[in-house]
Amino acid sequence: MNLVDITLILDSTVRLAIPLILACLAGLFSERAGIVDIGLEGKLLASAFAAAAMSAVTGSAWAGLCAGIGAAFLFSAIHGLASINLKGNQTISGVALNFLAAGLTTFLGQSWFKRGGYTPQLSGDQRFSPITLPFANELKEVPVIGQIYWELISGHNIITYFAFLAVPITAWVLFRTRFGLRLRAVGENPKAIDTAGISVTALRYQALIITAVLVGIGGTYLSIAQSAGFNNNMSAGRGYIALAALIFAKWRPGPALLVCLMFGFLDAVQLRIQGVQFPIVGEVPVQFIQMLPYILTVILLAGFIGRAIAPKASGIPYTKER
Amino acid sequence: MRALPRWVDILLLPVLNVVLAFLVGGLIVLAVGQNPLQAVGIMLYGAFGYGSGFGYTLYYTTDFIFAGLAVSLAYHAGLFNIGPEGQAYIGGLGVILIGLALNGVSWMFVFPLMIICGAAFGAAWAFVPGYLQAKRGSHIVITTILFNFIAASLMSFLITRVLKPAGVNSDESAPLDALTRVPQLRSFIELFKNSPVNITFFLAIAALGFVYWLIWHTKFGYRVRALGHNPTAANYAGISNQKMIMIVMAMAGALAAMVAVNNVGGVQGRLILNFVNGAGFVGIAVAFMGRAHPVGVGLSALLFGVLYQGGQELAFQMPGITREMIVTLQALVILFTGAMGDMLRAPLARLFSAPAGGKQ
Repeated sequence: MNLVDITLILDSTVRLAIPLILACLAGLFSERAGIVDIGLEGKLLASAFAAAAMSAVTGSAWAGLCAGIGAAFLFSAIHGLASINLKGNQTISGVALNFLAAGLTTFLGQSWFKRGGYTPQLSGDQRFSPITLPFANELKEVPVIGQIYWELISGHNIITYFAFLAVPITAWVLFRTRFGLRLRAVGENPKAIDTAGISVTALRYQALIITAVLVGIGGTYLSIAQSAGFNNNMSAGRGYIALAALIFAKWRPGPALLVCLMFGFLDAVQLRIQGVQFPIVGEVPVQFIQMLPYILTVILLAGFIGRAIAPKASGIPYTKER
Repeated sequence: MRALPRWVDILLLPVLNVVLAFLVGGLIVLAVGQNPLQAVGIMLYGAFGYGSGFGYTLYYTTDFIFAGLAVSLAYHAGLFNIGPEGQAYIGGLGVILIGLALNGVSWMFVFPLMIICGAAFGAAWAFVPGYLQAKRGSHIVITTILFNFIAASLMSFLITRVLKPAGVNSDESAPLDALTRVPQLRSFIELFKNSPVNITFFLAIAALGFVYWLIWHTKFGYRVRALGHNPTAANYAGISNQKMIMIVMAMAGALAAMVAVNNVGGVQGRLILNFVNGAGFVGIAVAFMGRAHPVGVGLSALLFGVLYQGGQELAFQMPGITREMIVTLQALVILFTGAMGDMLRAPLARLFSAPAGGKQ
């Protein structure tokens, strides 16, 4: 294994981690506001489909992005209606949204495009293409630094750079602004927020809107940045992995980035080691690496490596006293 | 809020919620330019219109009853079990192991052992999230979701690397002998032609009765319901909540594993990749729609059986509607009967505000 191999693995780590980072930050906003979001998986899938469909029809990746965010909005609105207004069970609502996305995307995809649930192949302006950062071409030949700059840092699409930018922004909003303080408070003690004369409902909806924007961008990344079109169930459990990462990171943005990168790395390694013989252990079955994020999360949740304590009011609908 | 009359609460409200879910589903079908009424007609014909179609309906119903009961039983204890999919998958391992160990022995001897062995595997798999919830405080919803994924990877490893006989191309275990397989009803009843419904169907009916008896007519059931309604009170009354959580989850896993007896023992006669194919998830919709009551679970399992079998027929006759429309309907049912189940409660309460038999 040489530098090129390592840079390649790290490069695909970044690519695979992006949807996780975006979905994880999305979940962070809603869970910090006291709304459990099992439906991240469904939102990712729905926005991936909407983005690919819109981009295929209009020929513009940016229109696709808008549609992707729009789909996530719609799903968040249903979730909000069920869990904020009707005070229903947030977990059940999230589960319903996941099935809704799985069913609707394939059904509508088949009805509209007649390709067995796939959207047409996208190319050119229909996708977000890699951006070459300044001097990347010139530095390409410089050993080590140039290679890393060219391979790992340059040559990603705009959503990738946005995702990395979104992490410090989230941290700033959450811990340095009045809105962030209120958001965290509404997830811990909504009654205090209510007593202070701030609307719990409005705050929670604001959180859901941010969630929708982030997860919508994440879904869009899946179908029109990472891939060239939508295929059935393309989110493939990433929403759940993001949820696991969120718990792993104990609902903090910085650690969330690291955990998502770690899960992305496991994914990249898993793709890389298929059929490779290792000394002593021989071939490591891919299934074991696939399981790893889930097993790690189970162990964490069980409190064997530190305790993950959710925002206190998470999952509980707020009822004003009469 | 005023209490609703009893019949409104247990009959009208759930029925209205289901109707609402189907209306929205119908609108979606209409939106893509297809005729929902024609679709319903084709589905009903596909599900009941001819022998093998009806057999398939009952076969799917069998799966959904077990999965629905697995969710329902846990729900009575206040636990939301999203894991029947993985529990059934692991149950399949128990079923195939005992089947292969006794391959060639008559089903009359092996069938009960398949039930026991499958149940043990499913129960063990569901026990772990139960244990983690009871003793370590991890949330059952998240853990059971994670366990579905772990089960999928684990079984994929076992099937492709361990159980797959040498020289076989497809990813599956060695087959069971015809003598050992759970007999299909078509060998007694001509009507079912070439459909896979087998005697596990009767096991499902018995399971409905068993769960009803267990929940409402035993001390154990009382403890389960006490835990579900008010864990603090249950604890105060001397019930060990931790023990109950673990036992209930194990039982739910055992029920889910019966899906494997139906499929692995009765239809495939071998362990194939992803044989559960979403049946465990349908159980969630079935449980909410049936309000976790065995009668309700039986009826909603039949409805979903009709939808799944009818959906197959639909895919042939109306190419514009794919089987995924059924998954969409499943989602809408969960949404309207589960998450938004109380949406119509306030308007109904206003409508029936006269205390006509309703207790205040």
